[in-house]
Amino acid sequence: MTTRTRTVALLLIVALVLLVGLPLLLPEWIIFLLTVASAKALAVLGVVLLLRGKLLTFGHALYYAAGAYAGGMAVRYWGVHEALVLLALALVAGVAVSAILGLLVARYRAVYFALLNLAFSMVLYGMLLKLYDVFGGTDGIGIAEPTLAGFRLSGLAMYELTIVITALLVYLTHRFFVSPLGYTLRAIRDNEVRVEYMGVSVWRAVYVSYIIAGALAAVSGGLIALAVGHITPDLAFWSQSGEFVFVAILGGTGSVLAPVVGSVLFEFVRNYAFKLSPYTWQMTLGIVLLLIIFFLPGGVWSLTARLPRRSHR
Amino acid sequence: MRLLLVVGLDGLTYASWLFLVSAGLTFTYGVLRVLNLAHGNLYALGAYLGATLVLHYAATGSTPALTYALLLIAALVIGAVVGPLIERFFLRRVYSRDEEVQLLLTFSISLILEDVVKLVWGVTPIFADLPYTYLGRVRLGGVNYAWYPFLLAAIALAIGGLLWLVVTRTRLGKILTSVISDREVSLTLGINVPRVYTLAFTAGAVLAALGGALTAPMFSLVPGVGADVLVTSFAVIAIGGLGSIGGAALGSLLVGMARSFAVYKFPELDLFVIYLIMALVLLFRPQGFFGEIEVRRI
Amino acid sequence: MSRYARISALIALSGFCVLSGARAAPPAGAPSELKIGVVAFLSGPASGPFGIPARNAAELWIDKINREGGIGGVKVVPVFTDEAGPADKVVTEFRRLALDEKVSAVMGYISSANCLAVPPVADELKVLTILSDCGTDRVFEEGKQHPYVFRTHAHTVIDGVGAARYVLAMKPDVKTIAGINQDYAWGRDSWEVFSRTMRKLKPDVEVVDALWPKIFAGEYSAEISKLLVEKPDVVFTSFWGGDLVTFSGQAKARGLLEETTVVVNNTGSDIKDLAPGMLIGSRGPHSIVSAEMAKNPLRKEFISLYKQKYGLAPNEYIAHGSYHYVQALQGLRAAYEKAIKAAGKWPTSEQVAAAFEQIEFESPSGHIALAIGGGHQAIEPAGYAVIKFDSALGVNNFTQIRVFPAKCVNPPEGMKSLDWIDKGFPGAQC
Repeated sequence: MTTRTRTVALLLIVALVLLVGLPLLLPEWIIFLLTVASAKALAVLGVVLLLRGKLLTFGHALYYAAGAYAGGMAVRYWGVHEALVLLALALVAGVAVSAILGLLVARYRAVYFALLNLAFSMVLYGMLLKLYDVFGGTDGIGIAEPTLAGFRLSGLAMYELTIVITALLVYLTHRFFVSPLGYTLRAIRDNEVRVEYMGVSVWRAVYVSYIIAGALAAVSGGLIALAVGHITPDLAFWSQSGEFVFVAILGGTGSVLAPVVGSVLFEFVRNYAFKLSPYTWQMTLGIVLLLIIFFLPGGVWSLTARLPRRSHR
Repeated sequence: MRLLLVVGLDGLTYASWLFLVSAGLTFTYGVLRVLNLAHGNLYALGAYLGATLVLHYAATGSTPALTYALLLIAALVIGAVVGPLIERFFLRRVYSRDEEVQLLLTFSISLILEDVVKLVWGVTPIFADLPYTYLGRVRLGGVNYAWYPFLLAAIALAIGGLLWLVVTRTRLGKILTSVISDREVSLTLGINVPRVYTLAFTAGAVLAALGGALTAPMFSLVPGVGADVLVTSFAVIAIGGLGSIGGAALGSLLVGMARSFAVYKFPELDLFVIYLIMALVLLFRPQGFFGEIEVRRI
Repeated sequence: MSRYARISALIALSGFCVLSGARAAPPAGAPSELKIGVVAFLSGPASGPFGIPARNAAELWIDKINREGGIGGVKVVPVFTDEAGPADKVVTEFRRLALDEKVSAVMGYISSANCLAVPPVADELKVLTILSDCGTDRVFEEGKQHPYVFRTHAHTVIDGVGAARYVLAMKPDVKTIAGINQDYAWGRDSWEVFSRTMRKLKPDVEVVDALWPKIFAGEYSAEISKLLVEKPDVVFTSFWGGDLVTFSGQAKARGLLEETTVVVNNTGSDIKDLAPGMLIGSRGPHSIVSAEMAKNPLRKEFISLYKQKYGLAPNEYIAHGSYHYVQALQGLRAAYEKAIKAAGKWPTSEQVAAAFEQIEFESPSGHIALAIGGGHQAIEPAGYAVIKFDSALGVNNFTQIRVFPAKCVNPPEGMKSLDWIDKGFPGAQC
């Protein structure tokens, strides 16, 4: 068997397990948990992508909310119910907003990059909250009874849709990482000035990366809007951005799959923290994070580095 | 004309509130280059302890004048106890790592402290307003003002002045400046940099707790009070320039006046004002008004 | 013992056995325990004034229900969880309660946003859900019907309409009003209801200002200054929790309460900290009640149980959230008992939901009827009063209590609240 056939077979098995096996084995609410975790993983992936260029953002919830509300607006004003249309609108919104804001933001680094993104995300939050008649304010917008290509979108179908889209976008992001632009981003993290001296446009690399990261978060927001069925301005709040950063570090930045692992782990930890200590779940999260920082600095994904390596041809 | 006076006074009181609340955060960043996300919790701890002390003392019926000293004591206790604890046992271990990791460390500490405050003080709102009401009111521009916020303005000025004096005129200040400019050279000069870091972090913690303790008499303390303060402080010091006390003062004034003006002319903008200013300032001057551009090392 | 006496004793004994047996034996098909999810804010700023008191009240009332034999003879077991977090967390928790803990019903939800997010999920999973403290009137006025969702307390329209009617009763010559409300849905809705009602009942009233500080702002000096400059006759606020106490403290210190009348549409546990002279409501017949209601035996029992378990200082009033959560439990019990009677055995969720529609029951807040929203939404009267400082006791209590009947402050069946106000309150019985 060639490597190629083997890879395809492996992928098919994984796909079968995820799409068919898990729903059969696991209870319904865990499937829902996985849906949410998988959807959010895309936003975390956006954060990880930027971290690859040493760009930490504290405002990524901006795009998450933009994507969700693009869908929400379509539901509220045009009565759209088709999931694929809502997701497409989310993507367009994410790309549009990040393309505009990216022009302003791509020049900044380090703490200033983080704070500027924070500021913009809070401005969006303010707008969503304040323009009560347009956006529904803190009561939010309900995304009722979405359909998929005309059929009712059940919980199971939502799960499958999310897995498929997540897998697709993770793969595309991987392609980006191994592309020249992706490597430029890595080089920017190491030493930006040298990259400039090489004649490569640092600004362009950052700008494009920013748009991709924004697009990922927007699709994430769209998926969450469909899965949860209700969106509120909290989606843009800084604590949501903080959660994405938390999960990014929890999972690690070593691979495109790390955000997914981190996101799933986070959802489970948070849910069980709620179950076990409903009064002190924040403290539990804080302690877990501290433990990760001190004992697992590369995030959970770094554990895979300790697995025995298979030989590659 | 009268409107100008009223807007000005309100802007001043809000500005001093902002300055007291954010001075600690910018100071810590200035010296340690760490954005302390547990700042809001230090603020809350100072506020809660101060309020508790005042309430217990008030119950004894003794002279209210001493309650101000109690607030000061509460801030000093919190800063001097919790500050070194965080710095020595947690922060110190991650100085050698990326900025992001340091941020996350302070974030996780803030999560823990949030629940600690809740466990110790419970969820019932606490309002220790004796220091606030004791000073009475004064009529300016045809409007009643409480004296207490003006006291806070004076204290804010004093703190700002004190910090400036210490940094520019004392030996300790020279050491601090040296450490800020170049850590390695300071080490070679024989300065005990780790101790300076602990001291600076503690000072920042005391400032944060002081902000909490002094403003506690003005409002009812509830869980989560630190989180709001954190974001507001961020915005103010980003505008003024991270690490600059003068910047924090300027940022506070700008935001204070803008919000006060907005309440009069555009009440709908109340929510936005601070973030709009932050975004605008950062766009045109990313390092804030008095921040320093960091020179990139090639 | 004579033969006659022995037979009578035997009859009495068997009668006693039958009766106690009938009380103790649950109907056929009953579960070993009735698990109920109880959701409230256990962290964050809403936990103090609403969440924890509500959760505590639910716990003590469930203990009481169990002492009396449980619901349909089955012991009630609460599963408490924190309402805090964004919508996805709240919905995930709901699903966890329904599918992992397998609760028979979920009650709770203080935030209006959650009360809008949860019903579609409740319908999807077919879980009986009792919204227990949120105010938005939208739940049963917009969107489709929710067969499994019920609300056993009145929505916020009673607060705004009650406030307006009380203001007009106390200050019939009011000419100018202003509002200071937290800038979010609750603040917006509260102000909308109040100002529309005022303008409808007294068309020449002028709204001089509407201020929108950020929620949890904590610092209101600019707003208070502006109100001191404008000097409206009445200032309406829907502040709650820490913000309300802060505003009251700052307003009192600066003499705002001497220059204008402040009316608050929701109070409860914060009454002891508020400035005397304020006009206050309490989201229904909870803290502020008529003299007759004060003698209600269930109410007295609830207050004494609460005092026993959690302590209640002489100047303290129980939060409205607590009363609301108890109402939810009373409604749930009544619905189950009605359904058991109808089915003759342990009912399905559908049967309980059917029994719940238009149900009426007694509670510490009096007689509750789910009269509107297609039989899913309760109506309650609104009590308003003026805070008075009793120098002898050293506490705040009330004076000039007015209780507006339910049919006066609630829209009739089938009519949206804002439409009802705009049309001039058709069908209102005041």
